[in-house]
Amino acid sequence: MMQVSNTIKTLLQLLILCFSLQSFAISDTEPEGVVSGKEQVDAYILHHLKDSHDFHLFSYTSDSGERKHVGFPLPVILWSSNGLVTFMSSEFHHDDNGQVIVEKNGSKFVKLHSKIYELEAGASSVSFDEEHHATNAHKVLDFSITKSVVGVLLVGLLMLLAFSSLAKQYGKKNIPTGFGRVLEPLVLYVRDEIARPNIGEKHYRRFTGYLLTVFFFIWVLNLLGLTPFGFNVTGQIAVTACLAIFTLVIYTVSGNKDYWMHILWMPGVPVFVKPILAIIELAGAFIIKPFSLLVRLFANISAGHIVVMSLIAIMFTLKESLGVAGATGLSLVLSFFITLIEVLVAFLQAYIFTALSALFIGMAVAEHDHDHEHDEAGHEVADTEDVRADFI
Amino acid sequence: MEVLLNDFSPGLFIVQTILLLGLIFLMVKFAWKPILNSLNERETGIEEALAAAEKAKADMQNLQADNEKMLQEARAEREAMLKEAREIKEKMISDSKEQAKLEGDKMLKQAQTAIESEKKAAVADIKSQVAELSVAIAEKVLKEDLSNNDKQLKLVDTMLSDIKLN
Repeated sequence: MMQVSNTIKTLLQLLILCFSLQSFAISDTEPEGVVSGKEQVDAYILHHLKDSHDFHLFSYTSDSGERKHVGFPLPVILWSSNGLVTFMSSEFHHDDNGQVIVEKNGSKFVKLHSKIYELEAGASSVSFDEEHHATNAHKVLDFSITKSVVGVLLVGLLMLLAFSSLAKQYGKKNIPTGFGRVLEPLVLYVRDEIARPNIGEKHYRRFTGYLLTVFFFIWVLNLLGLTPFGFNVTGQIAVTACLAIFTLVIYTVSGNKDYWMHILWMPGVPVFVKPILAIIELAGAFIIKPFSLLVRLFANISAGHIVVMSLIAIMFTLKESLGVAGATGLSLVLSFFITLIEVLVAFLQAYIFTALSALFIGMAVAEHDHDHEHDEAGHEVADTEDVRADFI
Repeated sequence: MEVLLNDFSPGLFIVQTILLLGLIFLMVKFAWKPILNSLNERETGIEEALAAAEKAKADMQNLQADNEKMLQEARAEREAMLKEAREIKEKMISDSKEQAKLEGDKMLKQAQTAIESEKKAAVADIKSQVAELSVAIAEKVLKEDLSNNDKQLKLVDTMLSDIKLN
C-alpha cells in the first residue's frame, strides 16, 4: 500500500516538477528568472539546494511579458548590529543579487545568494570583489522562518498529530485501527531492529524515544524533499549538523566508565601506545563520528536532489540534439527511475542515521565483563567497535 | 569545504536545535511513552496469555490422567470385591459341609455310646435278676423237702419253667 502511494506521489511530483520547470523554459526572450541554458540550470539547482527566505511554488511570464512568481513570503528575523529586526521576505521582491536594499531599525539589508547581509554603516549599495564576494557587507545571525524551518515545523506537526493519535488509540483498545496500523509496525521496526540490537536489552528503553523521533523526522523530511514543494531540509548542513550533535551529546553524556576507559586509557595495550590511542579515540568520538553522521546525510540528500534535477533538466539541455519529444521522454524515464531510487534512499538514510546513532550510544553504554571477548585461538571476536568500521 | 562552511547557517542551526529539542520533548511525552508502554503491556499480556493457555492444557492433561487413574482403581477394587465375595461364598459352603459332617459324626458316636451303655445296663440287670432268681430258687428248694430226689428234680423243673426268661 505504502509503495503504491509512494509511486503515485513520485509520479505526481515528477509531472508537476516538469510542468513548473517547463514554464520557466517557455519564454526565451525573458532573461530574468527563466531557466533554459546549461548555466542557468546549474544556477537553478544550486539555488534550490540552498535554504530560501520565501516559499516559492512556480513562476510564469504573463501575457504582457511580465515575470510573475507564485508563492508566499516568510518572516525574516535577524539579529543585526542594531538589535532584533523582523520583516516579511516579500520586501526583497525576489531579489537574490543584492540589488534591493531593505532599511529597518537604521540598518540596511540585502539578500545575496540566499543569505542576508547587513551593509556597513554609510554604504548605500553592495560592492563586490573579483570573486563576487561582498566587500562592504557582513552576514547577520539569521533566525528567519525559512523554507527549511517551515519544513521542520510541518513535519513536527505531522509527526505529533499522527503519533499522538496512535497513542490515544491504545487508550481505548489494544490494537490500532486505520493509519495507526501502518505506523505501529514502523515504531516496532525502529524499536526491535534499530534500538534493541544496537544498544542492548538493558538500556535501549531510555534512548528509544530519541531514536524514534530522529528516524521519523529524517525520513519524512527526506520524502518531503522529493515532493514538488522543493524542500531540501535534510540537505541543509546546519540541520544535519544539529542532528549529529544531538547524538554526540547523548552518547557523551550517557557514556559509562568502561567507555571513557576505552577512550582515554585503552586497556590491554602497551603503555606507550595508550596516549596515541587516546588521541585517536578522542578524535573518533568527538569529530569523526558526528562528522560521518552529518556529512553522510547531507551529501546523500543533496546528491539525490542534484541528480533528479539534472535529469529533469535534460528536457532543456538536450532539446536541440534530441528534439523536444526525445529530450522530454528521456528525461521522464531517467528521472522516474532515479526518483524511485531516491524514495529508497530517503528511507535508507533515515535508517542509517538512526542505526549509527543507536550503535554509538550502544558503545557508550555497553557493559564489558572483561576487555574483549576472545575465542579459543585467542583472536578477538568482532564487537560493536569493529562493526563500526563497516559503516564509516 | 569553504562552500560548505559558507552554506552553514548558524541561525538555522540554532532554530533547528530549539525545534528539535521541542519536538523530542513533545514526541516523548505525548507519543512514544504511551505507545511504547502500551506495546510492552500488550507483549507481556500476550506472553502471559500463552503461558496461561499452556498451563491450562497441562492441567487438563493432568485431570484426564487422574480420571483415568481413578477409573482404573475403581475397576480394580470392584474386581477385588467380587473375588473376595466368591471366596467367602466358597469358604462358607465348605465350612458348613465340614461342620455338618462333624456334627453327624458326633451324633453317631453319642448314639453308639448310648447303645453300649444301655446294653451294659441291660446285661447287668439280667445278671442281677439271674442272681436273685437263683437265690429265690435256691431258697424255695431249701424250703421244700429235700429228701425226695424226685421231688427235688421236679421242683427244679418247675422253677426253671417259671423263670422263663422274661
